[in-house]
Amino acid sequence: MTENYTALYDQHKKAGASFTDFGGWQMPLKYTSELAEHHAVRNAAGLFDLSHMGEVWVTGPDAGAFLDYALAGKLSAIAVGKAKYSLICDADGGIIDDLISYRRGEEKYLVVPNAGNATKVAAALVERAANFDVAVEDVSAETSLIAVQGPNAEAILLQLVPAEQHSLVTELKYYAAVEVGIAVNGKVQTLLLARTGYTGEDGFEIYVPNDDAARLWEALLDAGAAHGLIPAGLACRDSLRLEAGMPLYGNELSLRVNAYAAGLGPVVSLAKESDFVGKEALAAIKAAGVGSTMGQKLVGLKGMGRRAARGHYPVLKDGTLVGEVTSGQPSPTLGYPVAMAYVDVEHSEVGTVLDVDLRGKAERFEVVALPFYKRSK
Amino acid sequence: MSKVVSELKYSAEHEWVAADGGGPVGIGISAVAADALGDIVYVDLPEVGSTVTAGETCGEVESTKSVSDLYAPVTGEVTEINDGVVADPALINSDPYGAGWLFKVAVTEEGPLMSAEEYAATNGGEL
Repeated sequence: MTENYTALYDQHKKAGASFTDFGGWQMPLKYTSELAEHHAVRNAAGLFDLSHMGEVWVTGPDAGAFLDYALAGKLSAIAVGKAKYSLICDADGGIIDDLISYRRGEEKYLVVPNAGNATKVAAALVERAANFDVAVEDVSAETSLIAVQGPNAEAILLQLVPAEQHSLVTELKYYAAVEVGIAVNGKVQTLLLARTGYTGEDGFEIYVPNDDAARLWEALLDAGAAHGLIPAGLACRDSLRLEAGMPLYGNELSLRVNAYAAGLGPVVSLAKESDFVGKEALAAIKAAGVGSTMGQKLVGLKGMGRRAARGHYPVLKDGTLVGEVTSGQPSPTLGYPVAMAYVDVEHSEVGTVLDVDLRGKAERFEVVALPFYKRSK
Repeated sequence: MSKVVSELKYSAEHEWVAADGGGPVGIGISAVAADALGDIVYVDLPEVGSTVTAGETCGEVESTKSVSDLYAPVTGEVTEINDGVVADPALINSDPYGAGWLFKVAVTEEGPLMSAEEYAATNGGEL
Protein backbone atom coordinates (compact mmCIF):
# COMPACT_ATOMS: atom_id res chain seq x y z
CA MET A 1 0.00 0.00 0.00
CA THR A 2 1.31 3.44 -0.85
CA GLU A 3 1.67 5.89 1.98
CA ASN A 4 -0.45 9.02 1.78
CA TYR A 5 0.45 12.30 3.43
CA THR A 6 -2.02 15.07 4.21
CA ALA A 7 -1.36 18.68 3.28
CA LEU A 8 -0.62 19.25 6.99
CA TYR A 9 2.18 16.71 7.32
CA ASP A 10 4.87 19.40 7.73
CA GLN A 11 2.84 21.13 10.45
CA HIS A 12 2.60 17.84 12.36
CA LYS A 13 6.29 17.14 11.93
CA LYS A 14 7.24 20.60 13.17
CA ALA A 15 4.99 20.10 16.19
CA GLY A 16 6.88 16.91 17.07
CA ALA A 17 4.12 14.46 16.27
CA SER A 18 4.67 10.74 16.26
CA PHE A 19 2.93 9.18 13.29
CA THR A 20 0.87 6.09 12.67
CA ASP A 21 -0.57 4.48 9.58
CA PHE A 22 -4.33 4.86 9.46
CA GLY A 23 -6.24 3.71 6.42
CA GLY A 24 -3.09 4.08 4.31
CA TRP A 25 -2.34 7.57 5.62
CA GLN A 26 0.52 8.75 7.77
CA MET A 27 -1.41 10.52 10.50
CA PRO A 28 -0.33 12.16 13.77
CA LEU A 29 -0.88 9.73 16.63
CA LYS A 30 0.02 12.26 19.31
CA TYR A 31 2.04 15.43 19.63
CA THR A 32 2.96 15.36 23.28
CA SER A 33 0.83 13.20 25.55
CA GLU A 34 -2.38 11.57 24.35
CA LEU A 35 -3.84 12.02 27.83
CA ALA A 36 -3.15 15.76 27.82
CA GLU A 37 -4.68 16.01 24.34
CA HIS A 38 -7.74 14.06 25.48
CA HIS A 39 -8.28 16.33 28.48
CA ALA A 40 -7.72 19.44 26.35
CA VAL A 41 -10.61 18.41 24.08
CA ARG A 42 -12.89 17.71 27.06
CA ASN A 43 -11.98 20.91 28.90
CA ALA A 44 -10.81 23.44 26.30
CA ALA A 45 -10.27 22.49 22.65
CA GLY A 46 -8.23 20.28 20.35
CA LEU A 47 -7.28 20.72 16.71
CA PHE A 48 -7.47 17.63 14.50
CA ASP A 49 -6.28 16.93 10.98
CA LEU A 50 -8.95 14.71 9.42
CA SER A 51 -7.78 15.16 5.85
CA HIS A 52 -7.60 11.40 5.45
CA MET A 53 -11.41 11.32 5.38
CA GLY A 54 -13.02 11.10 1.95
CA GLU A 55 -15.21 13.72 0.27
CA VAL A 56 -17.57 12.69 -2.52
CA TRP A 57 -20.00 15.10 -4.18
CA VAL A 58 -23.29 13.73 -5.47
CA THR A 59 -25.10 16.19 -7.72
CA GLY A 60 -27.99 16.11 -10.18
CA PRO A 61 -31.79 15.95 -10.35
CA ASP A 62 -31.84 12.43 -8.84
CA ALA A 63 -29.32 13.12 -6.04
CA GLY A 64 -31.79 12.49 -3.19
CA ALA A 65 -33.42 9.48 -4.82
CA PHE A 66 -30.01 8.04 -5.64
CA LEU A 67 -28.74 8.30 -2.07
CA ASP A 68 -31.99 6.75 -0.83
CA TYR A 69 -31.08 3.76 -3.02
CA ALA A 70 -27.35 3.70 -2.31
CA LEU A 71 -27.48 4.25 1.48
CA ALA A 72 -29.56 2.75 4.28
CA GLY A 73 -31.11 6.03 5.46
CA LYS A 74 -33.62 8.33 3.85
CA LEU A 75 -31.36 11.09 2.64
CA SER A 76 -34.00 12.71 0.43
CA ALA A 77 -35.88 13.66 3.59
CA ILE A 78 -33.22 15.90 5.11
CA ALA A 79 -33.44 19.64 4.67
CA VAL A 80 -30.85 21.64 2.75
CA GLY A 81 -28.17 22.63 5.28
CA LYS A 82 -28.61 19.55 7.44
CA ALA A 83 -26.50 16.42 7.72
CA LYS A 84 -27.32 12.80 8.42
CA TYR A 85 -25.35 9.85 9.74
CA SER A 86 -25.92 6.79 7.59
CA LEU A 87 -24.56 3.44 6.43
CA ILE A 88 -23.65 2.10 3.05
CA CYS A 89 -24.40 -1.62 3.05
CA ASP A 90 -23.76 -4.50 0.69
CA ALA A 91 -26.56 -6.71 -0.64
CA ASP A 92 -26.22 -8.99 2.43
CA GLY A 93 -26.69 -6.08 4.83
CA GLY A 94 -22.99 -5.99 5.78
CA ILE A 95 -21.61 -2.53 6.47
CA ILE A 96 -19.26 -1.17 3.78
CA ASP A 97 -18.87 2.06 5.73
CA ASP A 98 -20.56 4.47 8.08
CA LEU A 99 -20.64 8.00 6.73
CA ILE A 100 -22.08 11.48 7.07
CA SER A 101 -23.96 13.11 4.20
CA TYR A 102 -24.49 16.87 4.04
CA ARG A 103 -27.30 18.23 1.93
CA ARG A 104 -25.83 21.32 0.30
CA GLY A 105 -28.65 22.03 -2.15
CA GLU A 106 -31.84 20.53 -3.54
CA GLU A 107 -29.71 18.48 -5.92
CA LYS A 108 -26.41 18.48 -4.12
CA TYR A 109 -24.94 16.34 -1.33
CA LEU A 110 -21.48 15.95 0.14
CA VAL A 111 -20.84 12.38 1.30
CA VAL A 112 -17.97 11.86 3.76
CA PRO A 113 -16.69 8.28 4.12
CA ASN A 114 -13.89 7.04 6.36
CA ALA A 115 -10.28 7.21 5.19
CA GLY A 116 -9.69 3.53 4.61
CA ASN A 117 -13.03 3.11 2.85
CA ALA A 118 -13.12 6.25 0.71
CA THR A 119 -12.08 4.56 -2.53
CA LYS A 120 -14.43 1.62 -1.92
CA VAL A 121 -17.35 3.92 -1.13
CA ALA A 122 -16.74 6.17 -4.13
CA ALA A 123 -16.61 3.10 -6.38
CA ALA A 124 -19.81 1.67 -4.89
CA LEU A 125 -21.58 5.00 -5.35
CA VAL A 126 -20.50 5.21 -8.99
CA GLU A 127 -21.68 1.65 -9.59
CA ARG A 128 -25.03 2.24 -7.90
CA ALA A 129 -25.58 5.47 -9.85
CA ALA A 130 -26.03 3.66 -13.17
CA ASN A 131 -29.80 4.20 -13.38
CA PHE A 132 -29.91 7.67 -11.85
CA ASP A 133 -29.40 11.13 -13.27
CA VAL A 134 -26.51 12.07 -10.97
CA ALA A 135 -22.83 12.84 -11.10
CA VAL A 136 -20.53 11.30 -8.49
CA GLU A 137 -17.27 13.16 -7.99
CA ASP A 138 -14.58 12.03 -5.56
CA VAL A 139 -12.68 15.15 -4.43
CA SER A 140 -10.91 13.47 -1.49
CA ALA A 141 -7.44 14.00 -2.96
CA GLU A 142 -7.73 17.78 -3.16
CA THR A 143 -9.74 18.39 0.01
CA SER A 144 -8.42 18.78 3.55
CA LEU A 145 -10.56 18.57 6.67
CA ILE A 146 -9.70 20.28 9.93
CA ALA A 147 -11.71 19.85 13.12
CA VAL A 148 -11.84 22.08 16.19
CA GLN A 149 -13.41 20.12 19.01
CA GLY A 150 -14.15 21.04 22.60
CA PRO A 151 -16.16 23.48 24.71
CA ASN A 152 -14.07 26.44 23.47
CA ALA A 153 -14.42 25.54 19.79
CA GLU A 154 -17.04 28.18 19.00
CA ALA A 155 -15.16 31.01 20.70
CA ILE A 156 -12.00 30.09 18.80
CA LEU A 157 -13.71 29.89 15.45
CA LEU A 158 -15.52 33.21 15.89
CA GLN A 159 -12.18 34.99 16.01
CA LEU A 160 -11.63 34.08 12.37
CA VAL A 161 -15.18 34.82 11.19
CA PRO A 162 -16.22 38.38 10.21
CA ALA A 163 -18.52 39.86 12.86
CA GLU A 164 -21.49 40.13 10.50
CA GLN A 165 -21.35 36.35 9.99
CA HIS A 166 -21.03 35.36 13.66
CA SER A 167 -24.68 34.38 13.90
CA LEU A 168 -24.15 31.83 11.14
CA VAL A 169 -21.78 30.06 13.50
CA THR A 170 -23.53 30.61 16.82
CA GLU A 171 -26.89 29.54 15.41
CA LEU A 172 -25.51 26.55 13.54
CA LYS A 173 -27.14 23.41 14.94
CA TYR A 174 -25.50 20.05 15.59
CA TYR A 175 -25.41 18.01 12.38
CA ALA A 176 -25.81 21.06 10.17
CA ALA A 177 -23.40 22.90 7.88
CA VAL A 178 -23.05 26.37 6.40
CA GLU A 179 -20.76 28.28 4.05
CA VAL A 180 -19.02 30.90 6.13
CA GLY A 181 -16.21 33.39 5.72
CA ILE A 182 -13.05 32.38 7.58
CA ALA A 183 -9.97 34.58 7.73
CA VAL A 184 -6.95 32.65 6.53
CA ASN A 185 -3.80 34.75 6.42
CA GLY A 186 -5.74 38.02 6.48
CA LYS A 187 -7.91 36.99 3.54
CA VAL A 188 -11.52 35.95 4.19
CA GLN A 189 -12.37 32.78 2.35
CA THR A 190 -15.75 31.09 2.12
CA LEU A 191 -15.46 27.56 3.46
CA LEU A 192 -17.87 24.80 4.36
CA LEU A 193 -18.26 24.61 8.12
CA ALA A 194 -20.08 21.71 9.80
CA ARG A 195 -21.08 21.36 13.43
CA THR A 196 -20.15 17.71 13.68
CA GLY A 197 -17.50 15.65 15.36
CA TYR A 198 -16.34 12.37 16.76
CA THR A 199 -15.39 13.34 20.28
CA GLY A 200 -18.60 13.76 22.27
CA GLU A 201 -17.94 17.50 22.58
CA ASP A 202 -19.27 20.51 20.76
CA GLY A 203 -17.13 21.24 17.74
CA PHE A 204 -16.72 22.05 14.11
CA GLU A 205 -15.27 20.48 11.00
CA ILE A 206 -13.98 22.75 8.23
CA TYR A 207 -13.52 21.61 4.63
CA VAL A 208 -10.68 23.46 2.96
CA PRO A 209 -8.74 23.09 -0.31
CA ASN A 210 -5.33 21.48 0.26
CA ASP A 211 -3.51 24.66 -0.77
CA ASP A 212 -5.02 26.63 2.12
CA ALA A 213 -4.98 23.88 4.74
CA ALA A 214 -1.66 24.76 6.36
CA ARG A 215 -2.56 28.45 6.65
CA LEU A 216 -5.95 27.62 8.17
CA TRP A 217 -4.29 25.22 10.61
CA GLU A 218 -1.85 27.94 11.75
CA ALA A 219 -4.61 30.55 11.94
CA LEU A 220 -6.71 28.29 14.16
CA LEU A 221 -3.75 27.50 16.43
CA ASP A 222 -3.05 31.24 16.80
CA ALA A 223 -6.70 32.05 17.47
CA GLY A 224 -6.97 29.19 19.93
CA ALA A 225 -3.80 29.74 21.91
CA ALA A 226 -5.59 31.86 24.51
CA HIS A 227 -8.41 29.29 24.70
CA GLY A 228 -6.26 26.27 25.50
CA LEU A 229 -6.34 24.86 21.97
CA ILE A 230 -3.64 22.30 21.21
CA PRO A 231 -3.14 19.98 18.26
CA ALA A 232 -4.60 16.56 19.01
CA GLY A 233 -3.77 13.22 17.42
CA LEU A 234 -5.55 10.02 16.54
CA ALA A 235 -4.72 8.36 19.88
CA CYS A 236 -6.94 10.78 21.77
CA ARG A 237 -9.49 10.80 18.97
CA ASP A 238 -9.92 7.09 19.65
CA SER A 239 -10.27 7.46 23.42
CA LEU A 240 -12.67 10.40 22.97
CA ARG A 241 -14.95 8.58 20.55
CA LEU A 242 -14.91 5.44 22.70
CA GLU A 243 -16.04 7.40 25.77
CA ALA A 244 -18.75 8.93 23.60
CA GLY A 245 -19.88 5.42 22.56
CA MET A 246 -19.26 6.06 18.88
CA PRO A 247 -18.37 3.08 16.68
CA LEU A 248 -15.13 2.91 14.72
CA TYR A 249 -15.18 1.21 11.34
CA GLY A 250 -12.84 -1.77 11.49
CA ASN A 251 -13.50 -2.27 15.21
CA GLU A 252 -17.25 -2.17 15.83
CA LEU A 253 -18.34 -2.07 12.18
CA SER A 254 -17.40 -4.26 9.24
CA LEU A 255 -18.83 -6.21 6.32
CA ARG A 256 -19.46 -9.09 8.75
CA VAL A 257 -21.61 -6.92 11.00
CA ASN A 258 -25.13 -5.66 10.38
CA ALA A 259 -26.81 -2.49 11.59
CA TYR A 260 -29.14 -4.27 14.03
CA ALA A 261 -26.36 -6.05 15.89
CA ALA A 262 -24.39 -2.78 15.97
CA GLY A 263 -27.28 -0.91 17.59
CA LEU A 264 -27.72 1.18 14.44
CA GLY A 265 -31.21 -0.08 13.61
CA PRO A 266 -32.66 3.44 13.72
CA VAL A 267 -30.24 4.48 10.96
CA VAL A 268 -31.84 1.96 8.58
CA SER A 269 -35.01 3.19 6.95
CA LEU A 270 -36.94 0.06 5.97
CA ALA A 271 -40.02 2.29 5.75
CA LYS A 272 -38.79 4.42 2.85
CA GLU A 273 -40.73 3.70 -0.34
CA SER A 274 -37.70 3.11 -2.52
CA ASP A 275 -35.60 0.00 -2.68
CA PHE A 276 -32.05 0.29 -1.37
CA VAL A 277 -29.00 -1.93 -1.47
CA GLY A 278 -29.24 -4.42 1.39
CA LYS A 279 -32.93 -3.76 2.10
CA GLU A 280 -34.16 -7.31 1.65
CA ALA A 281 -31.37 -8.79 3.75
CA LEU A 282 -31.75 -6.16 6.48
CA ALA A 283 -35.52 -6.67 6.64
CA ALA A 284 -34.95 -10.40 7.16
CA ILE A 285 -32.26 -9.75 9.78
CA LYS A 286 -34.57 -7.41 11.65
CA ALA A 287 -37.53 -9.80 11.39
CA ALA A 288 -35.37 -12.60 12.83
CA GLY A 289 -34.68 -10.43 15.87
CA VAL A 290 -30.92 -10.13 15.42
CA GLY A 291 -29.53 -7.81 18.06
CA SER A 292 -32.65 -8.07 20.21
CA THR A 293 -33.74 -11.69 20.68
CA MET A 294 -31.06 -13.58 18.78
CA GLY A 295 -27.42 -13.38 17.83
CA GLN A 296 -25.15 -10.81 19.36
CA LYS A 297 -25.37 -7.11 20.03
CA LEU A 298 -22.93 -4.32 20.72
CA VAL A 299 -22.77 -3.32 24.38
CA GLY A 300 -20.77 -1.04 26.61
CA LEU A 301 -18.61 -2.64 29.32
CA LYS A 302 -17.35 -0.91 32.42
CA GLY A 303 -14.33 -2.45 34.11
CA MET A 304 -14.78 -3.21 37.80
CA GLY A 305 -11.00 -3.45 38.30
CA ARG A 306 -8.17 -1.33 36.97
CA ARG A 307 -7.05 -3.41 34.01
CA ALA A 308 -8.45 -2.56 30.60
CA ALA A 309 -9.97 -4.87 28.02
CA ARG A 310 -8.62 -4.50 24.48
CA GLY A 311 -9.86 -5.35 21.02
CA HIS A 312 -10.39 -9.10 20.35
CA TYR A 313 -10.26 -10.16 24.00
CA PRO A 314 -12.79 -12.94 24.73
CA VAL A 315 -15.88 -12.16 26.84
CA LEU A 316 -16.99 -14.98 29.14
CA LYS A 317 -19.96 -15.84 31.33
CA ASP A 318 -19.26 -18.58 33.87
CA GLY A 319 -16.28 -19.67 31.81
CA THR A 320 -18.23 -19.92 28.54
CA LEU A 321 -17.37 -17.73 25.58
CA VAL A 322 -20.26 -15.29 25.01
CA GLY A 323 -18.62 -12.49 23.02
CA GLU A 324 -15.61 -10.49 21.95
CA VAL A 325 -14.30 -7.02 22.78
CA THR A 326 -14.08 -4.64 19.80
CA SER A 327 -12.46 -1.60 21.47
CA GLY A 328 -11.27 -0.94 24.96
CA GLN A 329 -8.97 1.17 27.06
CA PRO A 330 -8.75 3.02 30.35
CA SER A 331 -11.11 6.01 30.12
CA PRO A 332 -9.09 9.17 30.77
CA THR A 333 -12.20 11.16 31.69
CA LEU A 334 -13.96 8.59 33.85
CA GLY A 335 -10.97 6.93 35.46
CA TYR A 336 -12.03 3.33 34.89
CA PRO A 337 -11.64 0.92 31.97
CA VAL A 338 -14.31 1.07 29.27
CA ALA A 339 -14.88 -1.21 26.31
CA MET A 340 -17.34 -2.07 23.62
CA ALA A 341 -18.05 -5.70 22.80
CA TYR A 342 -20.36 -7.91 20.83
CA VAL A 343 -22.03 -10.31 23.27
CA ASP A 344 -24.83 -12.87 22.98
CA VAL A 345 -28.12 -11.03 23.43
CA GLU A 346 -29.08 -13.12 26.48
CA HIS A 347 -26.10 -11.58 28.33
CA SER A 348 -26.48 -8.07 26.97
CA GLU A 349 -28.79 -6.54 29.54
CA VAL A 350 -27.49 -3.50 31.42
CA GLY A 351 -26.23 -4.59 34.83
CA THR A 352 -25.07 -8.04 33.71
CA VAL A 353 -21.61 -8.86 35.06
CA LEU A 354 -19.33 -10.62 32.57
CA ASP A 355 -15.70 -11.66 32.58
CA VAL A 356 -13.16 -10.49 30.04
CA ASP A 357 -10.15 -12.74 29.56
CA LEU A 358 -7.24 -10.33 30.02
CA ARG A 359 -4.34 -12.43 28.79
CA GLY A 360 -5.33 -15.46 30.81
CA LYS A 361 -6.75 -13.68 33.84
CA ALA A 362 -10.49 -13.05 34.08
CA GLU A 363 -11.52 -9.53 35.08
CA ARG A 364 -15.07 -8.50 35.85
CA PHE A 365 -16.88 -6.01 33.62
CA GLU A 366 -20.43 -4.75 33.93
CA VAL A 367 -22.71 -4.16 30.95
CA VAL A 368 -23.62 -0.46 30.95
CA ALA A 369 -25.63 1.80 28.66
CA LEU A 370 -23.79 3.72 25.95
CA PRO A 371 -22.42 6.35 25.80
CA PHE A 372 -20.02 6.12 28.72
CA TYR A 373 -19.58 9.87 28.68
CA LYS A 374 -22.08 12.56 27.83
CA ARG A 375 -21.15 16.22 28.03
CA SER A 376 -23.23 18.52 30.18
CA LYS A 377 -25.04 21.06 28.02
CA MET B 1 14.84 11.52 20.77
CA SER B 2 14.50 9.38 23.85
CA LYS B 3 17.18 9.46 26.46
CA VAL B 4 19.37 6.53 27.38
CA VAL B 5 21.23 6.94 30.67
CA SER B 6 24.86 5.88 30.38
CA GLU B 7 25.46 4.45 33.87
CA LEU B 8 22.67 1.85 33.54
CA LYS B 9 22.49 -1.53 31.82
CA TYR B 10 19.60 -2.54 29.60
CA SER B 11 17.72 -5.67 28.51
CA ALA B 12 16.43 -6.31 25.01
CA GLU B 13 12.92 -5.86 26.46
CA HIS B 14 13.76 -2.24 27.40
CA GLU B 15 14.18 -2.67 31.15
CA TRP B 16 17.05 -0.85 32.78
CA VAL B 17 19.09 -2.23 35.65
CA ALA B 18 21.00 -0.02 38.06
CA ALA B 19 24.69 -0.59 38.64
CA ASP B 20 25.45 -3.23 41.25
CA GLY B 21 26.40 -1.43 44.44
CA GLY B 22 26.53 -4.58 46.56
CA GLY B 23 22.85 -4.54 47.63
CA PRO B 24 19.60 -5.01 45.72
CA VAL B 25 19.51 -3.17 42.37
CA GLY B 26 16.79 -0.92 41.03
CA ILE B 27 14.93 -1.84 37.86
CA GLY B 28 12.74 0.24 35.59
CA ILE B 29 11.80 0.71 31.96
CA SER B 30 13.70 2.93 29.58
CA ALA B 31 12.50 6.27 28.25
CA VAL B 32 12.50 4.67 24.80
CA ALA B 33 9.95 2.10 25.99
CA ALA B 34 7.93 4.61 27.99
CA ASP B 35 7.61 6.89 24.95
CA ALA B 36 6.59 4.01 22.72
CA LEU B 37 3.96 2.84 25.18
CA GLY B 38 2.35 6.24 25.53
CA ASP B 39 0.80 7.57 28.73
CA ILE B 40 1.06 4.79 31.31
CA VAL B 41 -2.01 4.44 33.50
CA TYR B 42 -1.52 1.13 35.28
CA VAL B 43 1.40 -0.98 36.41
CA ASP B 44 1.34 -4.46 37.86
CA LEU B 45 4.56 -5.29 39.75
CA PRO B 46 5.87 -8.54 41.25
CA GLU B 47 5.29 -9.00 44.97
CA VAL B 48 7.96 -8.27 47.53
CA GLY B 49 9.53 -11.59 48.56
CA SER B 50 8.73 -13.28 45.24
CA THR B 51 11.45 -14.52 42.94
CA VAL B 52 11.74 -13.21 39.41
CA THR B 53 13.61 -15.03 36.66
CA ALA B 54 15.61 -13.27 33.99
CA GLY B 55 13.79 -13.28 30.65
CA GLU B 56 10.42 -14.21 32.16
CA THR B 57 7.41 -11.96 32.61
CA CYS B 58 6.94 -10.53 36.08
CA GLY B 59 4.20 -7.95 35.62
CA GLU B 60 2.66 -5.62 33.11
CA VAL B 61 2.57 -2.01 32.10
CA GLU B 62 -0.61 -0.61 30.65
CA SER B 63 -0.95 2.64 28.74
CA THR B 64 -3.98 4.29 27.21
CA LYS B 65 -3.07 2.64 23.91
CA SER B 66 -1.73 -0.78 24.79
CA VAL B 67 -0.48 -3.19 27.37
CA SER B 68 2.97 -4.74 27.57
CA ASP B 69 4.46 -7.47 29.66
CA LEU B 70 7.21 -6.56 32.03
CA TYR B 71 10.20 -8.93 31.73
CA ALA B 72 12.60 -9.48 34.56
CA PRO B 73 16.07 -8.50 33.36
CA VAL B 74 17.71 -10.40 36.25
CA THR B 75 17.03 -13.39 38.51
CA GLY B 76 16.60 -12.93 42.25
CA GLU B 77 14.29 -12.00 45.07
CA VAL B 78 12.22 -8.83 44.94
CA THR B 79 13.14 -6.78 47.99
CA GLU B 80 11.12 -3.62 47.41
CA ILE B 81 8.56 -2.20 45.01
CA ASN B 82 7.94 1.44 44.22
CA ASP B 83 4.54 2.19 45.78
CA GLY B 84 4.76 5.71 44.36
CA VAL B 85 4.65 4.41 40.81
CA VAL B 86 1.75 2.06 41.57
CA ALA B 87 -0.22 5.05 42.85
CA ASP B 88 0.91 7.33 40.03
CA PRO B 89 2.03 5.34 36.97
CA ALA B 90 2.57 8.59 35.02
CA LEU B 91 5.90 8.83 36.87
CA ILE B 92 7.18 6.20 34.43
CA ASN B 93 6.64 8.65 31.58
CA SER B 94 7.83 11.76 33.38
CA ASP B 95 10.89 10.30 35.13
CA PRO B 96 11.59 6.74 33.92
CA TYR B 97 15.10 6.57 35.41
CA GLY B 98 14.24 8.32 38.67
CA ALA B 99 10.89 8.50 40.46
CA GLY B 100 9.51 6.05 37.90
CA TRP B 101 11.68 3.12 39.03
CA LEU B 102 9.69 -0.10 39.47
CA PHE B 103 11.25 -2.60 41.88
CA LYS B 104 14.50 -3.77 43.43
CA VAL B 105 15.99 -7.25 43.24
CA ALA B 106 18.69 -9.04 45.23
CA VAL B 107 20.35 -10.40 42.13
CA THR B 108 21.55 -14.00 42.01
CA GLU B 109 22.07 -13.98 38.25
CA GLU B 110 21.89 -11.38 35.52
CA GLY B 111 20.14 -12.01 32.24
CA PRO B 112 21.77 -10.87 29.02
CA LEU B 113 22.22 -7.11 29.43
CA MET B 114 23.56 -4.40 27.16
CA SER B 115 25.62 -1.34 27.88
CA ALA B 116 23.94 2.00 27.32
CA GLU B 117 25.86 2.40 24.05
CA GLU B 118 24.77 -1.01 22.80
CA TYR B 119 21.18 -0.41 23.83
CA ALA B 120 21.02 3.03 22.23
CA ALA B 121 22.37 1.55 19.02
CA THR B 122 19.43 -0.88 18.84
CA ASN B 123 16.77 1.82 18.90
CA GLY B 124 18.31 5.13 17.96
CA GLY B 125 18.09 6.33 21.57
CA GLU B 126 20.14 9.32 22.63
CA LEU B 127 22.91 8.95 25.14
